Parts: sequence; structure tokens; C-alpha cells
Amino acid sequence: MAGNYNWPPMESRRQMGKSYTRFEGIEKSTGRAKYSSDLNRPGMLHAMMLTSPHAHARVKSIDTAAALKVPGVTGVRVVAAAGAELNWVSQEIAIVAANTEQAARDGVRAIQIEYEVLPHVVKEDDLSKVGDRATPAGEQVTGDPEKAFKEAEVISEGQYGIPVLTHCCLEPHGQVIEWKGDVINFWPSTQNVSGIGGDLAKNLELPATQVKVHMDHVGGGFGSKFPSDRWGVEAARLSKEAGGRPVKLFLDRATELNMAGNRPSAFAKIKMAAKKDGTITGWESSSWATGGMTGGGMAPLPYVYVNIPNKRLNHTAVKTNGGPLRAWRAPNHPQASFLTCAAIEDLAAKLGMSPLDVMAKNVAWAVEARRETYLQQIKKAAELSDWNKLWHRRGDSGSGVVKRGLGVGICTWGGAGHLSNCNTTIHPDGSVVVELGSQDIGTGTRTIIAQVVAETLGLETRDVKVNLGDNAYPQSNASGGSTTVGGVCSSSRIATVNALDKLMEKVASSLGANADQLEAVNGKIQVKGTPGKSLAWKAACQKLGTQAITESGRNDPRNPRGLNTQGVGGIQVADVSVDTETGVVRMNKLVAVQDCGLIVNPRLAESQIFGACIMSICGALMEERVMDAATGRVLNPDMEFYKLAGISDIGEIQVHLMIDAEQDKRGIVGLGEPPTIGGIAAIANAVANAIGVRVPMVPLTPDRVLMALEERRA
Amino acid sequence: MSKIHDEMDEKTRAKGAFSRRGFLRGAGVASGALGGAVLTEEQAEAAQAAAQGPGAVAISLNVNGKEQKLNVEPRVTLLDACRNQLDLTGAKRVCDRGTCGACTMIMNGKVVYACTVLAIDAQGRQIQTIEGIGTPQKPHPVSTAFVNNDAQQCGYCTPGFVMAAKGFLDRNPKPTYDQVKAGLGGNLCRCGTYVGVRKAVLEAAGKKG
Amino acid sequence: MQAFEYASPSSLKEAVGMLSSSWGETAVLAGGTDILSLMKDYIATPKKLVNIKGIKELGGIAKQGGGIRIGAVVTMDELASSPLLRGEYASLTQAAMGIASPQIRNMGTVGGDLCQRPRCWYFRQGFGVLAKDGSGNALVPNGENKYHAIFPQGDAYFVSASSLGPALIALGAKLKVTGPSGDREVAAEQFFTAPKSADGRETVLAANEIVTEIHVPAAKGIRNSTYEVRQKDALDWPLATASVALTMKGNTVSKARIVLGHVGPTPVVAEEAARALEGKTVTADLATEAGKAAVANAKPLSGNGYKLQLTRVAVKRAVMQAAGVRA
Repeated sequence: MAGNYNWPPMESRRQMGKSYTRFEGIEKSTGRAKYSSDLNRPGMLHAMMLTSPHAHARVKSIDTAAALKVPGVTGVRVVAAAGAELNWVSQEIAIVAANTEQAARDGVRAIQIEYEVLPHVVKEDDLSKVGDRATPAGEQVTGDPEKAFKEAEVISEGQYGIPVLTHCCLEPHGQVIEWKGDVINFWPSTQNVSGIGGDLAKNLELPATQVKVHMDHVGGGFGSKFPSDRWGVEAARLSKEAGGRPVKLFLDRATELNMAGNRPSAFAKIKMAAKKDGTITGWESSSWATGGMTGGGMAPLPYVYVNIPNKRLNHTAVKTNGGPLRAWRAPNHPQASFLTCAAIEDLAAKLGMSPLDVMAKNVAWAVEARRETYLQQIKKAAELSDWNKLWHRRGDSGSGVVKRGLGVGICTWGGAGHLSNCNTTIHPDGSVVVELGSQDIGTGTRTIIAQVVAETLGLETRDVKVNLGDNAYPQSNASGGSTTVGGVCSSSRIATVNALDKLMEKVASSLGANADQLEAVNGKIQVKGTPGKSLAWKAACQKLGTQAITESGRNDPRNPRGLNTQGVGGIQVADVSVDTETGVVRMNKLVAVQDCGLIVNPRLAESQIFGACIMSICGALMEERVMDAATGRVLNPDMEFYKLAGISDIGEIQVHLMIDAEQDKRGIVGLGEPPTIGGIAAIANAVANAIGVRVPMVPLTPDRVLMALEERRA
Repeated sequence: MSKIHDEMDEKTRAKGAFSRRGFLRGAGVASGALGGAVLTEEQAEAAQAAAQGPGAVAISLNVNGKEQKLNVEPRVTLLDACRNQLDLTGAKRVCDRGTCGACTMIMNGKVVYACTVLAIDAQGRQIQTIEGIGTPQKPHPVSTAFVNNDAQQCGYCTPGFVMAAKGFLDRNPKPTYDQVKAGLGGNLCRCGTYVGVRKAVLEAAGKKG
Repeated sequence: MQAFEYASPSSLKEAVGMLSSSWGETAVLAGGTDILSLMKDYIATPKKLVNIKGIKELGGIAKQGGGIRIGAVVTMDELASSPLLRGEYASLTQAAMGIASPQIRNMGTVGGDLCQRPRCWYFRQGFGVLAKDGSGNALVPNGENKYHAIFPQGDAYFVSASSLGPALIALGAKLKVTGPSGDREVAAEQFFTAPKSADGRETVLAANEIVTEIHVPAAKGIRNSTYEVRQKDALDWPLATASVALTMKGNTVSKARIVLGHVGPTPVVAEEAARALEGKTVTADLATEAGKAAVANAKPLSGNGYKLQLTRVAVKRAVMQAAGVRA
């Protein structure tokens, strides 16, 4: 078996492929799991931030003397001194540390500050009103779009928009931090255990080795929790200034929503040329987006159907005085899927065709590797959603007040395993410990690693101890881009195979065989296929004497050894009912069909997809950052008007993972992102199908739905 | 005339009671008994009527069946007192405005948002936090059902959801699926674990989803 | 939250005595679901907070004089689950159940529901109840007003957040208000008012007055119902609501009261809508007519015209629900 890292054949796996419940589940559901924001360290100070109330201003003067006099306040750090320009509401100005949270808040309130208010632009939905904040990206032309549109049998046009969303992680950004002497102990809320210490060190101009990162659990990240951030850096300095007392600083909800990350908006005017049979022959889009002062990049258009032969693309980035964008679960893909699939649905409606047929008809424009998969998925999604029975032509939904409709969305994603290192240690007492500088962001990382290690060693999953959440462990990259499961499973497989090989070398002689004749199965090391010639796992490990085996393994993304790969697609179909008198949209069902490579734990994989679908429902129906043009404020930096779906708002969700031998032999592919992509498109299209008219802008709130209905009547 | 007299009398009594209460506190007892001497109801009421704060006040909270003495400013919420002073960090501070349910506790048998209860106002109530209903070794059936049905991802909303579900099931031991949905409308999850939560609550109620 | 003194008096007299006669100095704490959030956002910064939950006479639901008496610190949950209200006062039960969070129903009180401050996001951001910028320009009419009033009054564009107000008005309830000079009675309809200045309030309460109890007259034979249009099934503010109370003579409506919620700075009594019903038999078409009449005088803003439609539907559905007419 030496050096054979291949996944064991699907049919012979005993641990991988099983739906174990998550390792830390009971810690979490009994409230004992300690998140960084739960830590109470001896002598701990609490810090709060003064942040900008203006979308654009200059600090004229700032005086912290009164804050320092507030009883309990121990220190103040100013990060935006007089003269500093503030570019969004909630931008950091000063940080106050105190013995209690209350005193820290009093300290913040006591800071004397004067602003020179500067002009701002916070809204981008109407491109004609953004003035010099627009930066055109230049035109991209492929083929001959002019000719395609001239010769088109059908031309379909539409305008679509999707607003800025905020991550709204339930655990806010922040950390507990303790800078004593040369060492900084850092308990962040992060997706990036191995990397965040180096980032902090760089900001503090220290050697990275001085920052010790610890984190057991993280309360949501979704792409927004990679860097150490200003608040991490300043909290560290406040700790140092307080003689090494730990400092806790977590953002309050409003600050969290205002500036700790958002997903850029996307708007587009799209025109498609097609034949009567549904073949798309040309595409023109002019899109715009904002993600704050950096503007907003172009969503990948046309989405999935990248090889439409004749294309003209224009994009404009709009700088607005809003909090800066951060990666958001499948960056730019949900927007691209919505824009593209809405345009396809509108084309299909114009042709009187089913959008599934139009999607299938044009599958040739998708990358070759995914075409067959998409066709299978379209078929499966149709079956699970009862498409043939329930789908009707647009608007052909009967005379009742409540109209039902179906719609479809599509996704594509990479998801190759990231760079990951792992150490596997086999102790003489038989215990097995694996260590990775990774994190469990809700994926079930600990559980799936244990399954891989147990599979490799012929043990039970619960026998394996998995240590994550410390940068003293071997470096594993950040959890982002659906790269974690592929990365950590591959590195832990390699490390564990290496460790097992060493163990077999040690025990081979006592079994009267060569190491390469041994296998680890059913809690034993045995001669292959000969249970009679075996050593129980513990007995085998005892042969190690006093010396544990520690071996390392590395997933190198340039050579993943067939353990993980990239490239998935998926189809989602939404079934909605719309009350046409109130404009309220209710979910009946969302069907998610997803290809997935090798699945380590079906239950946890399914949970990822349930979650992704629910996120899509929020995005399609409720979520929206509301900016006020006059004041520059975010008007809903709360959880009351920044609306998220509740337990009764999601209808039924049906997940179909394509778990089969074909998929399995591809190795592991990431799954966190792809199912978040197509749902918004599916829901928006289902509403169009139900009510007979396109609601151009999501979320599909009652005002927008009613307005679209009214325009249709008019 | 007599009415005014009564009022004055009441004020005087209140003052007197307050100073007695101050004495009691000085002796190291925040409320209740001192060497067998119990405050009369009248004295206790009068003492409560006197304003306390704005500085820290000695209070006593009955949390998970245990009397806990602590010093808090009146502006400290039950949630913050539990998290920052009692190290009961299962309840989370998420919206901090009575919307999301992550801080859900059970007070006198009813689910409440601990972020909108003042600690000082929670005195004399039976407060139950997630730590009080079970441990990882001996979990409450609702906690177990959350694990069995993977009703959690990042887990930050989970303790609040478990408490809301427990409070719901205490009142509705045999709920229908629709009652479960309606009964948990005060909690939000960002990872999207509702499918598991619905199943978990039904399982905990002895039903299969 | 700004630091404050806290008191928990056991008698009403004491409580009233502790309240300042000017707004902002002191505040009343009951359920806490609103006041504490206002204080966390520094919208309210009282120096003293007076907890009235310990005052026994403010609790309880009981039959009284043919009608019903509801203490001000009765929780929404107690209200929603009271057998004394179920059926006869369906519109109240429905309004309380519209608050889709058990936690809020368990904490929030009837008095608190009536006295809570607007959810207007400009107000909550510190621009005052009339939502004006530093130069005195009104922010709502040309701003983000999709949740705002279609019946603005003067400079007040927010909507009354009260869930119970419309139903209480429709049922002809009276509120008992206690202040330093004793009790006074205020008709529920007269209780709400649109503030005329930034430091004005949304009710006729003086700063040192407390709503102590609510009297709802007998509603036997009065068909009453509340219908809320909410986007979410889970906890969410209604976009428009209607409470109706129909006095019937056989199949004919002899007297109707229709009150709209979440469409104006006070609950709005829809006289025209009520008149459209009186003397007639309720049908779906008639209910639709009443809905249309309800918004005849509405003045929608730039972004809330859709609330006209929602209001029409709320009225129609509340009327049909009350009358037991199916669509």
C-alpha cells in the first residue's frame, strides 16, 4: 500500500460516505462550544469603536481627553486623525478600551469630534445619476454580434438588477487579543486560522511567528472573515498599551452590517438573439455594479453559456460611499446566474418554450466537460419538481388570486482542494491525532477529516481526534471558494497513509509478512485478505514502544493526485405561489440537483445545500441593503429590516446529490458555493412564470411585484 | 388631608426601608434572609421602589436553579450579565435588539429575548439558560435531536434555537409540522439550518419528520 | 445605553410620582422590547427608568361591566391565549398573534404595544420622529419610504407601529390613563396623535402619565377581525393591516368600524369604507368596494403607492373574514 494515496474503491468504504453527525454538534447544541466571542479571559478589557456617521467626510478635529476621563476607560486609539477622509458610514475612527463594555461605550460617546461633511454617492441603481463615479471597463466583442442580431429570428431584451447584500454573519467580526511581551495570543472569528496571524503580524510589522492564533469555532463567515482587520490591529495595540491585558472587541450589529463586508450589486441590460428553435445566436449586455469605493467588477456574463458565438459586453464599475465589498459565497456567480437565467427565461417566454428546453438546446455553449452533466441535471430537476405537470407558459396560471409558477437557475463552480498540510500521529496506545491549521466554518470539517483518517486506518470515525483551529498546526489555507473539503481530506489522507506505512513497517515482522502485504481493516492490521493473520489495532500500535509516529501530508493544488478535482454544475428549480393582490411570494419548493464528485458525508453535504438554498430564498425575496441618498446612511443595519427568512418562510427543499460511481471517481469537489448560485435565478424566474411578467429587480418584495403587475395591466 | 399624610408616611417608610436594605447589603446579603430575619413584604416592596444606580448595584439572579450574586449597573442586560459575568455564553449576542432569537432564555417558563431584559429586572424570576437544560454528557432531548438532524452549521444561532424549541415543546408537547413552523418564528439562522430544525423539533416531540 | 437610575415601584402612585413631567428625563419600562432598543441606540436616554411590571393592579384580564378589562402590563401572549377574548374579541387575538415571535409575545405588553415608538428607519437612525436632516429638510417624502405612511399627517410620515391600536379603536375601547392628578379616560381613537415637532410624541400621554388599563366594550354579536399583510410568515412588521367590527342585523351590516394600521402616524379610521358597508349584505364585491373607499383619501409617497393596494386588500379580507364570506 506504500504511497498509494488513492481513495479506496467506493464499494469498500466503511467510514467515508457515511452520514456521521457532526463532531462538535453536541457542544454547539448544548451551548458549550466556545466561540472567540464567548471568551472571558482574566483581566479582560472590552473595546468599542467610534465609527463614522457620515458616508463621506473629513475629520476636522478629534479630542479624546474626555473619553480617557470616563471611569473605567483604560485607553483610546485614534485611527482617523484630524484630516483623515472617511468614505463610508461606520468607517473606523477611534477605539476605546475599558474595564466593562458599558464604560467603553461611554468612552466612545465622550470623544469630541468635528466633521467636514463631503458630497457622497451611495446609490447605483440608476446609472445616469452616479456622475463621475462611473468607470467604464471597455467593450469586449466576440464574433459578429451585429450580424447575429440582424439575422436573429427572435430578439429578447430585458433589464435586471440585484442589490448589494451584506454577509450578516451571526457572530460578528472581532477577536480577543492579548499582546504580552513578544507574543500575541489571538482568538479571532475567522475563516483563515493559518493565514490571519501572518496578516496581523504584517500590519503590526512583527515576525509572523509571534502571533499565536487559536479558534475552536466560528459563527459564520461566508467569505467575509479572512483578514485581521483594523479592529484586530488596534485591539492588539490597546492590549500592549494595557500591559498585556486581553482586549475583546467584537463589532456591534449595525457596524457589522454597515462595513464588515458585502456582496456587490449587479445590474444589466441584456439583449439576446435567437432562432425560433431556441438556439441562442447572440448576446449583448451592458452591466454595472458597486461594491463600495473600489467599484464593482463584472459578473461573469453570459453565465455558463460562455461560448455563445457572438457577444458584445460592456461593464461599468460604480464607486459608492458604502462599506467595502468582501468575498461572498461564490463571488459574482449568483449575480451572473440571475442576470443570465432571467434573460434566458424571458427569451423562452417570448418563444413560448420551456426554459428547461432552451437551456438544454443551448448546452453546446457551455464548457464541454459539463454539457452532459447539465443535461442529466435538467432531466432530474424536471422530474423532482414535477415540471412537466406543473409548468405552464408564462402567465398561463389560471384565474385565481394566487398564481403558481416554476423557474430554473443554473450554476458552475471550480472547487478544487486548497493547499493543505496535515500531521497524523499514531500513538503507541493506539490513539490517533490529526492536526491541521484549518477551521470548521460550519462545513463539518472535523467530522469529514476523521472519516478519511478512520477509513485509511480501518478504524471508527469516533476513534480519531482532529485538532484544528490553531496556527501552530500545519498550514492549511483559508476556507473560501469551496476548497476546504478537497484540501483537508487530501492532505489528511496522504499524511495518514504515510503514518500507516510506517506502522506497517514496524509490525510486519511480527505478522511474518512484508509491510506491503498488510492492510488496515476492521480495527486490525492484517495480512491482506487473511483475517487470521492479524494484530488488533491497539496491539499493533504497542509495537511502537515509546515512539509515536508522526507523518505529514500535503495537498498541493498543482498536483492533487486524483484525490480532488474541480468543476461542478447544478440546476435548481423553484416552485412559488404569488398572491397577486398583495405581491407576497411564498416558496412551495426548491429543488437542487447538484453534481458533487466524491461525497465524504452525505448528511453534511446535504446540509450545505439546504443552507445554500435558504440563502438564495433570502436573497431572492427579502435581503437588500437599503441606502439613503440624502443622508448616505444604510437604513437597515439591523435584523429587523435587513430581512432574513425565518423557519416558516422557506417552503420545502429537496436536494439531489448525484452520488454515483461516475462522480465518485473524480475525487472530491467543493460544495459550499455552487448551490448558493442558481436559487435566486430560479425563484425570480418562477415568479415571472407565475404572474406573467418579469419583476426586474430582486428581492421580489411586495412593492416590486405589485408594480410589475400594475405595469403589465397598463 | 389624610391622603397627603398617607403619602408622606409612605415616603418616610420607603426611606427607612431603603436604609435598612443598605445595611443588609453592607452585611453582605443582597436580599432575602439575614440570620433568620426576613424583610417584611412591605419593606421589600418599599426597598424596590427606591431608585437604584446608575452605578453598579448588587443583585441576585436565580439562574439554572442557582442563586447568583453579582454587581451590575441597571443598564446591563440579562444577556450581558450572563455572558460577561457568569460565563454563561451559550446564549449569543447577535442582533441585540430583540429580533433574532440567538439570546433566547426561558424565564418563569416562557421564552424571552435576554437582550431586551435588564438583569436587575430579572431578579426573582426563574431563569433557565441553555447551560441549565443539559450537558454534552447528559444532553436535553432537544439538543440531541438537533445533532441527529444536523440542525446546525456554524452553530451560533443553535443555543437560542434549542431554547426556543424547548420552550415551544413545553407548551405544545405534540405539535404538528405547521405548529412547529409557527412556533419558532422568533429565531433566525444565517447558515440556513431550518430544514434540520423542523425535523429536530418533531423528533424531540416524539414524532418522525 | 446611557447609565440610568432604576426603580421598580409596587404602587401606581409611586410610579407616577417618579416620572418627570418632561419627556426624555424618565421612561417607563414594561416588556422592554422597545424601550431598551431605543436606549441602546441612544434614541432614548432617560436618567431614570421606572419598571411598572411589579404593580399588581396593572395586570390581569377580567370581565367587567359587560365588557372586558385588560391591564396594561398584560403580555401579548396572555392576551392571545386568553379564553375571555377568543371568539368574541377575535380581532384582538389575531392582532396579538400577528406578532410572530413567541419571545416578543411573552415579553411585550399591551400598554407597550400602544406606547411603542415608530419603527421608521430615519427615526431609529437619530433623525427624529419627523425625520429631518440638519437643515430641516424632510427626509421621508423623497427618501426610502416604502414602509412609510400613505396617510401622512402634517410632517409626520412614519407609521404607528401598534398592533392592537386598530382593533381597539374598531371595538370602541377606552384607555385608563393615570397621572399625578389622578385618572382620566381616553377613547382609544383619541389616544394616538401625530406629533407636530421633533420632540413630540405619538400619543396624548403626558410624560408623567401611564396607560394603566384598557376597557373593551362587549362585542357579543359584533363580528370583528384583523387582517395583516406581512411579507414574512416569521417575525416581521406588517405592511398594512385592517381591523373591522361589524354590527349585524341578520345578514345586513347595521354599523361598521374599519381601522387601518401601519399606513399612517396613527391608526386611521376609514369612515368611507365603513359607510360603504352599512345597510348592505357583505359580499366579496362589497368588501372590495369598502377596500377602495378606505384609500380614497390616501396620499402615497414616492415609493409606497403599493400600500394603497395592500390596504384595499387588507380591508377586503378583514371584512370578509369578519363576515364569514368566502372569496
